[in-house]
Amino acid sequence: MTGTGPPVAAVRKAAGRLVTLGPGFGFLTVFLLVPLALVLSYTVFRRGRFGGVVHEPTGENFTRLADPLYLDVVFGSVKLAVITTLLALLLGYPTAYMIAKLPAKWKVIALVAVVLPFWTNFLIRTYAWIVLLNSEGMLNSGLKALGLGPVELLYTDGAIVAGLLYAYLPLMILPLYSAIERLDPSLREASANLGARPARTFWSVTLPLSLPGVLTGCVFVFVPSLGNFVIPELLGGGRRIMVGNLIRDQFLKARDWPFGSVLALAVIAVLVLLLFAQAWAARRAGRDA
Amino acid sequence: MTLISIDGVSRRFGQVTALDTVSLDIRQGEFFALLGPSGCGKTTLLRILAGFEQPDDGKVLLDGEDLLAVPPHRRPVNLMFQSYALFPHMSVEKNVAYGLERERLPRQEIRDRVGGVLETVGLAAQARRRPHELSGGQRQRVALARAIVKRPRLLLLDEPLSALDKKVRAEMQLELKRLQNEVGITFVVVTHDQEEAMSLADRIAVMRGGRVEQVDAPVDLYERPRTPFVADFVGANNLFEGRVTGKGLEVDELGVLPAPPSRPGEGAGLAEGSRALLAIRPERIRLTPLTRSDEEPGEHGGGLTGEVVDVSFYGGTSHVALSVPGHEGHVLAATQGPARVDVGVRVALSWAAGDATLLQV
Ligand SMILES: Nc1ncnc2c1ncn2[C@@H]1O[C@H](COP(=O)(O)OP(=O)(O)O)[C@@H](O)[C@H]1O
Ligand SMILES: [Mg+2]
Repeated sequence: MTGTGPPVAAVRKAAGRLVTLGPGFGFLTVFLLVPLALVLSYTVFRRGRFGGVVHEPTGENFTRLADPLYLDVVFGSVKLAVITTLLALLLGYPTAYMIAKLPAKWKVIALVAVVLPFWTNFLIRTYAWIVLLNSEGMLNSGLKALGLGPVELLYTDGAIVAGLLYAYLPLMILPLYSAIERLDPSLREASANLGARPARTFWSVTLPLSLPGVLTGCVFVFVPSLGNFVIPELLGGGRRIMVGNLIRDQFLKARDWPFGSVLALAVIAVLVLLLFAQAWAARRAGRDA
Repeated sequence: MTLISIDGVSRRFGQVTALDTVSLDIRQGEFFALLGPSGCGKTTLLRILAGFEQPDDGKVLLDGEDLLAVPPHRRPVNLMFQSYALFPHMSVEKNVAYGLERERLPRQEIRDRVGGVLETVGLAAQARRRPHELSGGQRQRVALARAIVKRPRLLLLDEPLSALDKKVRAEMQLELKRLQNEVGITFVVVTHDQEEAMSLADRIAVMRGGRVEQVDAPVDLYERPRTPFVADFVGANNLFEGRVTGKGLEVDELGVLPAPPSRPGEGAGLAEGSRALLAIRPERIRLTPLTRSDEEPGEHGGGLTGEVVDVSFYGGTSHVALSVPGHEGHVLAATQGPARVDVGVRVALSWAAGDATLLQV
């Protein structure tokens, strides 16, 4: 069959691909690539007075990024996002591991519980943290009753990390769960059979083979944490500016679109590097797992 | 000397009874086979020995000590998994070294033993490869190397050769036997292939539906099956059901067939008049072509006549399928060399009474 009609078959195949790929691809082209190209182009022009750009090429938007003032914001944001990601990994791995070990019926219930917070509005959930953490809040009342408080909980880096962690922990648990669940249980048995204690089996077999899931989870948590500007504002009280806040302010308050674009580009660059690292490591770890 | 003593072990999974009061003694240094159809509980028994499964009832002793109390990673028992279970992220040599590293042996010794065992299984050249870069047969040999390099007291092999084609399988069977002689480890091999069990094992346990039907050396199993299932499962057999008489087994529509006299003390249920199953091997049946003038059955020392419906030549032997009026299905006979009868010929079937086996039903 394929021998007699390759042209027809090839055309059909191409058409089939176009039909299946087309809608999603078109959507992404229009609403992702076009804005991205715009942002890219803004970086090399001067700012307009009331936003927008003046089409005069300049490099000073980039040199401004080297200003310690802004670099600090970028590094500070990366630091908070890294801490959030690591904490999410530490909390998420045992959870995902336990869920993967549950009987089938309980698995479903546990997974629904993990994504349950997504069913209520993100802002409402974040406000709930304010109620919990502020100086008259529940935690501090408790501390006061014990004679330990009040302690400043709200408007700290800790509050931001707690908020980010709370928002994105499910994004860590889900890919971890699917990676761990897919592992052939006989590999763990083989490890035990060859004389490995449970801890050794974990370090030498389970963890390395679930590394693709670890990396996916880390990217899923790190990316939105780095770009988030609502949580730093609500829980950080504006005292700690994250790069997300800075970008928004450049566009909406300072009306410096070119510099906002440069900042956005810097974030994108960090993320692209991260994605490459993730793809590379995932290929190495999971080649045939 | 008994190495492993399995005593009344049962294991149930919900409604399924995977093992039903299984008792077996496996001797030091022997090559023991667990033979039975798929789903009869062979893997479950191995998993209990390896410690991945706990029995609901019963005891397992190794050298007289309770094995069930020992966690899997401390048992001197290695299992070669049916699926091989090679670590995909480690090279062949890392896979093989894994068990030795757990014993905290000196690096040099690990390297020597890994090199040695890879030499033995013929994979020295593939030491650096990952499992996914190997063929099925090579993977299987890695799994074997990984299990034997630990020099366990007991080596369990779960259908070790089932994934291989016939020729490689024959080679690996020889290899396994050679290895067992060389290293002196006690082998327990699981298989559903009766020929494989017969050619490999010193003793075979035939299992069915979670129970052990018979434990014997291959020759005894073949010549003296003790249950109808074993007679049918191990090698080809012709089975006739009837009633025990002084002269043989009386079968409806077929008359009295030659059968060994029931000896006192043996086969208590085989008293005259009781129902029994007669098993006669194809190669024990003599065929005598009948000429037109020949009389009806009963005068040829056997009692059965039939018509040849198929003759197949297998080089060394020929198989002859016969239809015998009054008997459901075909009777199978085997002769050395080419068959001297043709399709359509009427023949008399006979056998010596002592060649048949009577089984209680
Ligand atoms: N973990 C399990 N859960 C439920 N049923 C099982 C489990 N393991 C085995 N069984 C059942 O027990 C019986 C014996 O299985 P197994 O020992 O794997 O047989 P074999 O290896 O002889 O083919 C089968 O009916 C199988 O379905
Ligand atoms: Mg099995």
